[in-house]
Amino acid sequence: MTGTLTVLRAGPGVTVQDLGRPGWLEYGVSRGGAADRLALAEGAALLGQGADLAAVEMAGMGGEFQADSDLRIALTGAPMRASIDGAAVAWNASHLLPAGARLVIGAAQSGSYGYLHVGGGIQTPEHLGARSAHLAAGIGAPLAEGDVLETGPDSGRTTGLGLAPDDRFEGGTVRVVASLQTSLFPQAELARFERTAFRRSARGNRMGVPVESDGEGFRPDGARTVVSEVITPGDIQVTGDGTPYVLLAESQTTGGYPRIGTVLPCDLPLLAQAAAGAELHFRFIPLEEAVELERAEAERREGLRGQCYPLIRDPRTMTNLLSYQLISGAIAGEEDVL
Amino acid sequence: MAEVSAANPGPEIRTVGVDGMLVSFGSRLSESANRAALAFRAALAGESWDGVEEVSTSLVSAYVRFDLRHLDHAALRVRLGALLAQSDWYAAELPGQRRLWRIPAVFGTELAPQLPQAAEAAGMTEAEAVASLSAARVRVQTIGFAPGQPYLGELPEAWDIPRQTQLTTRIPEGALAVAIRQLVLFSVATPTGWMHAGQTAVRLFRPDAEEPFLLRPGDEVQFTPVTPEELQGLRRDPLGGAKAEDLS
Repeated sequence: MTGTLTVLRAGPGVTVQDLGRPGWLEYGVSRGGAADRLALAEGAALLGQGADLAAVEMAGMGGEFQADSDLRIALTGAPMRASIDGAAVAWNASHLLPAGARLVIGAAQSGSYGYLHVGGGIQTPEHLGARSAHLAAGIGAPLAEGDVLETGPDSGRTTGLGLAPDDRFEGGTVRVVASLQTSLFPQAELARFERTAFRRSARGNRMGVPVESDGEGFRPDGARTVVSEVITPGDIQVTGDGTPYVLLAESQTTGGYPRIGTVLPCDLPLLAQAAAGAELHFRFIPLEEAVELERAEAERREGLRGQCYPLIRDPRTMTNLLSYQLISGAIAGEEDVL
Repeated sequence: MAEVSAANPGPEIRTVGVDGMLVSFGSRLSESANRAALAFRAALAGESWDGVEEVSTSLVSAYVRFDLRHLDHAALRVRLGALLAQSDWYAAELPGQRRLWRIPAVFGTELAPQLPQAAEAAGMTEAEAVASLSAARVRVQTIGFAPGQPYLGELPEAWDIPRQTQLTTRIPEGALAVAIRQLVLFSVATPTGWMHAGQTAVRLFRPDAEEPFLLRPGDEVQFTPVTPEELQGLRRDPLGGAKAEDLS
């Protein structure tokens, strides 16, 4: 069944996002898509649907939403306080949003980007093959009060699942590979870069995140000018004042600043989610190791559905566990039964 | 075999991030390196290798992004090397389906206030500068930075003028700006170091149009001088009076 989700109120950075629109680099349009792609996979797992469906991304602050018919939802990414008709609901979980009920989502308690997924996905019109807003390219617009979003046909029925999220909301260490311009930096600068404790700047957004430190800026060898080259998400460009700037989903497609390395795609959610002021470290690893990590992460994300657990049966949250009859329905005894 | 010179020390294959490779035909912009990149990119697209997700060009390079689950760096490097060896890419024909665009532009006036400064830097009078810029038939060397935004070249040597270190706070959409023997036609309003010498009424990117992008890499462009009044009339046309003819 299809339906609609109405925006009653929205924070300033609320947009529709999916996995973005690959294939338009040639025309100057970066892929874009969710700042935290892992959150899309988590939402898809909780709702038992494809990770390519569009969701609502909320930068720092949520909003208020209402569905015209019963709607399955899931909440992932940066944890935000959420309630349905005044009753608090769990983050990193799926829920039923009954027709006409008000879903209220507050400010992020940690991290930067929260996500609201719906059964069947958000079905706003596609531009260049995707529904993602790409504000830097002039595609789409932030959601605002009164917007009515169509939701797709939903064949699933399950709600009340939870998923333990990857801890990625408080900063940490991201892994980096050398890229085409890493060799422009002297070895001592690269070593200092790895030793430095950075802070995520408050100026970060979907285009990129500057990282600040107390020491001197980072400099390539000599005053070289480099010919403008292709940018891939995760590239760490070093601007004129020596500040590293990690480019994210919605960056420009080419750049003339030298790049010291590239953050692994599987570590970009941690970088994008780090709140302003969070401490960040960078660590170079060999390309071969990075490839293995990426392959393993792709496989892990595909298996997330199997990691979901029923919220009401989570023994950690059950105070009356012993009052349940846990035996009936048990079969041969070889299968896992909760 | 490929022509090897100071500007073109031969193609170089490097990795980009974790899932990309870049074939560069020079370490700085040159006419032959750009032609080689365009031709090699067209050949790459024609190969349709399994696992290749996207190909594109920058000024002097062709870029390949691939799916790590279907292809690895070593195998891709071998394939790229074999394709490189197949032809002298510096001398290759430009890809087909190219067009020549004639785009009306106002040079100078308050619409493009840096013409005098640009002309002086190039050692010309304003009239000579307008004659030179409008006579030049430039190629879309690459599209990048912003949606649909072309880097056009190569201009005559007199235009090898530096970008300004002091940025212009805001150059408008459709602005034609000059530096380092190139023109950039701006698709969005933005701060820039390029000198604003002309103004057009083209919209280079229209997300809702059937053909969202006006220009393709490899297209050629010539700018036709018009008056501010004429340009005003052209603003109703989403193409801003631009007209294309087929070059193939």
